[in-house]
Amino acid sequence: MTHETLVLSIVLFTIGATGFVVRRNAIVVLMCVELMLNAANLAFIAFSRQHVDLTGHIYVFMIMTVAAAEAAVGLAIVVLIFRTRKVANLDEINLMKG
Amino acid sequence: MIPAIFFYIFAATAVVMAVLVVSARNPIYSATALIGCLLAVAGIFALDSAHLMALLQVLVYAGAIMVLILFVIMMLNLSPEELGERRITVRRVAGAYFLGAIATLMIVRFAKHLWTPTREVGPSYGTIEEVGEILFTEYLLPFEMVSLLLLAAIIGAVVLTRREKGSGP
Repeated sequence: MTHETLVLSIVLFTIGATGFVVRRNAIVVLMCVELMLNAANLAFIAFSRQHVDLTGHIYVFMIMTVAAAEAAVGLAIVVLIFRTRKVANLDEINLMKG
Repeated sequence: MIPAIFFYIFAATAVVMAVLVVSARNPIYSATALIGCLLAVAGIFALDSAHLMALLQVLVYAGAIMVLILFVIMMLNLSPEELGERRITVRRVAGAYFLGAIATLMIVRFAKHLWTPTREVGPSYGTIEEVGEILFTEYLLPFEMVSLLLLAAIIGAVVLTRREKGSGP
């Protein structure tokens, strides 16, 4: 079953990466990042089960924490940009200043 | 046999929901589909005997993070013109095609080794007790550092979204 789980992980990661490239709405792009992190978690769990070693679970725990921190700060930045520029489209947010 | 059936049900749900996340025009639909995808992945975690991680996936990911994202989507209240994205361009099709090629390559590469779990796991594998014991002995320092990361994220989010006194909304 490890093999099938890894294939699912690759598929989910690719869907997330495609969305990251294709979509231009800032919030949807953040959600695609969550999708990719989740695919990585799936691979860690599969390998952990393969080797009967709980270290992979610790990695998943850390990735979940990083995902939570990333969502909080990323959404704060999106809210800030929307408040000052009134846009949520990443193609229009191309200047560091102004 | 039964776990395999459940695996394919969860896997199909996860893939369909992930495609919906990317293809839905309205971010609310994307977020709802992402919740479904995360719940399906939590089911696969449970099938792989990762009980604590399945629980945390539902509580932290599908619970806390998705509520935050939905909250922000509703707060921004994007108008239909802002939701409308530009049509499919050559660059986007090329990007999707390239990523599909990479995925095919990785799957073909993985197919050379047929990974199957050789050893059975004990009943305590992946429970709160076992994971907690490793987390608080071997990985105590990373655990403490992660708490600092969360503190930095909290302060960062508050500082970024704070309004100066006297300025408008």
